Amino acid sequence: MAANNPIAGLNKIFDNRIRLGVMSILMVNDAISFNDLKQMLEVTDGNLATHLQTLEEENFLKVHKGFVGRKTNTTYSVTRAGEKAFNEHIAALEKIIKGIK
Amino acid sequence: MDSENQHLDALQDIRKMMQRSSRFISLSGLSGIAAGFWALIGAYIAYTWIEDYYGTYSGIGYTNQNFNALKNKLFLLAIAVLGITILSAYYFTWRRAGRDKMPLWNHSSRMLVVNMMIPLVTGGVFILSMLQFNEWRFVAPACLVFYGLALINASKYTLDEIRYLGLCEVLLGLVSTQFIHAGLYFWAIGFGLLHIIYGFAMWWNYERNPKTES
Repeated sequence: MAANNPIAGLNKIFDNRIRLGVMSILMVNDAISFNDLKQMLEVTDGNLATHLQTLEEENFLKVHKGFVGRKTNTTYSVTRAGEKAFNEHIAALEKIIKGIK
Repeated sequence: MDSENQHLDALQDIRKMMQRSSRFISLSGLSGIAAGFWALIGAYIAYTWIEDYYGTYSGIGYTNQNFNALKNKLFLLAIAVLGITILSAYYFTWRRAGRDKMPLWNHSSRMLVVNMMIPLVTGGVFILSMLQFNEWRFVAPACLVFYGLALINASKYTLDEIRYLGLCEVLLGLVSTQFIHAGLYFWAIGFGLLHIIYGFAMWWNYERNPKTES
């Protein structure tokens, strides 16, 4: 254990609270719309969009563009890569906390 | 240590988000108590009407005018009880959601309502079909069984305890099939007593002392 530094397991992408929040929500829900994410995380449109774009660029998110009537309804779900990265990040967090104790 | 707190915060954030987004936890125990109260009043009114009917029973049965009048009255009573129960449940849940600073209509409450409505509407249509053919004997058991299944189905999207209430309702419904003439009593126990006990237990555990809520 001492050989590797636990902080190395932390993912820089998840340093941000909003990105971490998005991933937490998507881990336990199949697909979530932009508006639901906005409501749950209590953030502005622009702010959320920027973070979603970052996660999408990392291939952590799948984006589905659909319509409800005439309105666009974009939903997001997590990818395999995103799931893996998130689980590793949590494992690293746990390791750090256990190490301190 | 600063970084320790920071990482603990992150983990707590994750947990909160996972729970908030997948479960609707603002369901108030008081709405259970109110539902039970309305059900008992409804059952009592139904009981007196049925007593009156049998007091003047003419022996003619289903084609009798009195029977049809009773059937319609009981049907309207059931609708009224259902309506007032939904209103009070909505009120108490709205109040609690406001206190928890949670939106009432969000992803998780939507999932909760949709998954509860599937068995509930099925049961409602099924019971109406039974009444259509004057098959009243299994109305009370069917109400209990379908309602119980609706709760079990909905429990995935709200507090776990709802699942046990659902199991009790199903069990009671199945037992009541063996005591057909006591249907109203079973109905009163299932919708009245169980709701009050459950609502009180939930209120005691989660709402009595708002500070213990996270």
